[in-house]
Amino acid sequence: MRPAVEVEALHRSFNRTGGVLHGLDLRIGAGEFVALIGRSGSGKSTLLRALAGLDRGVDGHGRVRVPAKVSMVFQDSRLLPWKRVLDNVVLGLDGRDARERGRRALAEVGLAGREKAWPHQLSGGEAQRAALARSLVRDPELLLADEPFGALDALTRLNMHTLLRELCERHRPAVLLVTHDVDEAIVLADRVIVLDDGVVQSDVRVELGSRRDPADAGFAALRRRLLGALGVDVDEDGLVHDPDPDDLAHDRPDRSRGTDRKTDRTTGRTTGREGA
Amino acid sequence: MSTPTLTRSEQVAAGTRIAGTPTDDRVRLRRLGPGRRVPGGILLGPVLLLAGWVVGSATGLLDERTLSAPWTVLETARELWADGRLQDGLVTSATRAALGLGLGVAVGLVLAVVAGLFRLGEAVIDGPVQVKRSIPSLALIPLLILWFGIGEEMKVCTIALGVLVPIYIHTHHGLRGIDSRYAELAETIGLGRLAFLRQVVVPGALPGFLLGLRFAVTSALLALVVVEQVNATSGIGYMITLASSYGQTDVIVVGLVVYAVLGLAADGAVRLIGRKALTWRRTLES
Repeated sequence: MRPAVEVEALHRSFNRTGGVLHGLDLRIGAGEFVALIGRSGSGKSTLLRALAGLDRGVDGHGRVRVPAKVSMVFQDSRLLPWKRVLDNVVLGLDGRDARERGRRALAEVGLAGREKAWPHQLSGGEAQRAALARSLVRDPELLLADEPFGALDALTRLNMHTLLRELCERHRPAVLLVTHDVDEAIVLADRVIVLDDGVVQSDVRVELGSRRDPADAGFAALRRRLLGALGVDVDEDGLVHDPDPDDLAHDRPDRSRGTDRKTDRTTGRTTGREGA
Repeated sequence: MSTPTLTRSEQVAAGTRIAGTPTDDRVRLRRLGPGRRVPGGILLGPVLLLAGWVVGSATGLLDERTLSAPWTVLETARELWADGRLQDGLVTSATRAALGLGLGVAVGLVLAVVAGLFRLGEAVIDGPVQVKRSIPSLALIPLLILWFGIGEEMKVCTIALGVLVPIYIHTHHGLRGIDSRYAELAETIGLGRLAFLRQVVVPGALPGFLLGLRFAVTSALLALVVVEQVNATSGIGYMITLASSYGQTDVIVVGLVVYAVLGLAADGAVRLIGRKALTWRRTLES
């Protein structure tokens, strides 16, 4: 079967100050859930925007093929404040059954009864659910998500993970999810791709079945492997070792201390000395 | 002990307020907004002004030749109404103002949208509007008289030119203030240009437009007064000018009151529209 997304030798750069994507290749199968992780500046968002067709005016070349129906979920819900929730969900749709479909999509994300609410009356999690409904109602063959849960609190985020998995199993779009959270990537995805300096650095299939427990040995091993790919040294107990600055300078001259903070953010809640 | 560390019972004994009791001030002090809406708040100022007028006239502080008493003005208004002069003037003036306002709003709105959505439009339109902005309507009247004569066209055009500027400026400002992320969203869900205009641009620029409309209403009435004092043969302004030459203070005041009522009513209408149309906003206003 032909993959849903094909990217070949994709180059992108902003204002000649160095490229962001350097000949990136990527394939996503129909119905496949791919999570994209990488340090800040590794080109995650640039790749996502290229797939969404939002990078007009950006220098670059390469081949990108995406399905006809692409939906995007942003980090902010991006609901129009002057439209009620249902009107936001069906924005730009026409046809007699559009509102009915919108209502069904809202019910699916657990927002039945909130059709007439204004966006400012929703909590952060509810707003993001509405944004998901806005994407789903368009029956996307490809769903692009740019850190959609990044601004949510931990508990809401867990609920959203469950919801997103259910929705994707039912609707089977191809998904490309950009995230900073390695655990989130492992919990949700069929495949995790680590992006580094504009190319795919690792491409790991997640073979943990449908019940994924962070306390599981397989889960921990995969997390360690991915964190390693991100340049974070983790031992068996999930402890991050303080990288020796001299070592770092020797092995990876491009990774100075300034990026350590970003790496910490990337590892999210799985790291941290107090977590042991 | 006079230190602030009193026990709860000591505080009760001293009659001081305790957190949690209904007399706690802190919740109220923390509110930084303007507070609750005063019922009929918009009328409070005018009513106070009117009360001052009544008191001044009744006590003789205001001389009858300087400013007629409210009851004299009412009586005059009744007489003017009885012989039909007041209605005629009112209809003529209101029609002029409404026509000028409508024309000015339409033109200003189109110019603002064109200038807001197209760089070329902005380059062409913005300069001339700023130039117009610095020329008072009064200064344009001689030219407009040469072009249109001294009839209604001249008057409506003068009013429209005054209205156009605030509508343009505020709508343009509101439109440019729309978050560019909404344009990005519109692109990802494939909205067409027309749908983008209707669903994003118009509602997004509406708060700016409504503010412009409030200024525009005032501009329209200002311009109305100006054109009615120059070469008019009908309308409230004509009535005032005529009364001025006969020294009829009461008729002048009736005219002024009519202008005031027109202005207040128009502003109230715009505010009401604004409050209905902008229910989605969560601001200090609501």
